[in-house]
Amino acid sequence: MRTLVATTGRILRQLRHDKRTVGLLIVVPNLLLTLLYFMFKDVRPPIPGAPSVFNGLALTMLGIFPFLIMFLITSIAMLRERTTGTLERLLTTPLRKTDLLFGYGIAFGLAAALQASLACLVAYLFLGLDTKGSPGFVVLIAIGNAVLGVALGLLASAFAKTEFQAVQFMPVVVLPQILLCGLFVARASMVGWLQAISDYLPLTYSVEALEQVGKFTDPNGTMWRDLAIVLGCVVLALVLAASTLRRRTP
Amino acid sequence: METTAIEVKDLVVNRGKREVLRRLNCSIPAGSVTGLLGPSGSGKTTLMRAIVGVQIVKSGSVQVLGKPAGSKPLRREIGYLTQAPSVYPDLTVRENARYFASLYGLGGDAADEAITICGLEDHAGQLVGDLSGGQHARANLVCAIVSRPKVLVLDEPTVGQDPVLRDELWAYFRGFAEQGATLLVSSHVMDEANRCDRLLLIRDGNLIADDTPTAVKHRAGTDDLDQAFLNLIREGEAVPS
Repeated sequence: MRTLVATTGRILRQLRHDKRTVGLLIVVPNLLLTLLYFMFKDVRPPIPGAPSVFNGLALTMLGIFPFLIMFLITSIAMLRERTTGTLERLLTTPLRKTDLLFGYGIAFGLAAALQASLACLVAYLFLGLDTKGSPGFVVLIAIGNAVLGVALGLLASAFAKTEFQAVQFMPVVVLPQILLCGLFVARASMVGWLQAISDYLPLTYSVEALEQVGKFTDPNGTMWRDLAIVLGCVVLALVLAASTLRRRTP
Repeated sequence: METTAIEVKDLVVNRGKREVLRRLNCSIPAGSVTGLLGPSGSGKTTLMRAIVGVQIVKSGSVQVLGKPAGSKPLRREIGYLTQAPSVYPDLTVRENARYFASLYGLGGDAADEAITICGLEDHAGQLVGDLSGGQHARANLVCAIVSRPKVLVLDEPTVGQDPVLRDELWAYFRGFAEQGATLLVSSHVMDEANRCDRLLLIRDGNLIADDTPTAVKHRAGTDDLDQAFLNLIREGEAVPS
């Protein structure tokens, strides 16, 4: 437990020294949401009286941004641990592998909580985002997505030898999930085999959970089930990532 | 004093298709400073990695303090300094030291003490990434000694350091050994080899000398350790084993 706290603190301190990254983490999602707002400002909803196109897109984006950004920074951070030898040194100390993985999950999860809270604040207060359910659930799902991004990033870093390779896992791991999550084409309108694939992609469930918050005042069973599926994927990815951390290497 | 801290038996290590260590045997007495010498590529780092338990070995055994290398209880007892600095460049010296200390359940005093030993007290608040090359290497050493391990494996700890600091560091290594620690130090600098209790000389994955510096010089028929080293390396090359 003590080493987990120390590791989480260490990762947060590293982040704190990198002021530009912190700035980007906080500012970029808000700028993109604002951009989205103006893109759709004069676009009328398909059915008169329906919520604006921006409303649905912004809600989905509040889930996608933390997933995408945390995946990227985690896969690079973990790759650095592998290539600079700090990982090898850590594995000669009493640190448990899970302390390292959960340390990343908690540290970047906290960063994501800050990021998502600010993005929600901007979206609800200034951009007119409107959901039936509470913004608190949007933040909660966004944090879940961030932790999912961290877990997949930790796993993906095991398959990259260089930072060039690591960033290219973004289009491999993240983009298909964004394409198939129902953002571009409603899942019900996809051909059967694409729907089947999207059934196995975790982002599908977090986007569905966000839709539930948008449509219903109170959290419903679908939302909780979807959130549980996302967390299940997090645990699975972390277990797989732990198995790629070998104390002994060739 | 005469108990064995590290016992290597018939160690064979392959890296890729190359056999890096070839049935290597050696034993390192507890409470001593042992120098590990050999041309680059001879297998020094691989032997050190096998001793700290991060190297996949093909056959043979490595026992450290009577336990198999890399086993869990040993992780509290061993300190490993890699050749390339493996500290976090985006943390200060003190933050690095405190983090590694905390992994052993130690507090800030242990961290500050290690920083002082390595002569970095004036740079404790600086980011490691902003330090000079020599200071960077010392920050790396800080994190290896912070836990006061019983076995310290140091891969080229004094490379790039000025003579004054090198002398101080060796005085500290000697101090650790007198308190009962066992040190294995690889080096290229022969006047450092002279300060060791024992020398291991490896060439091409084979141990070609395991003796005191005096005995090594005697065997090579010279008073100069540099020359003794060259004689023994060439002697081995002339008569292929």
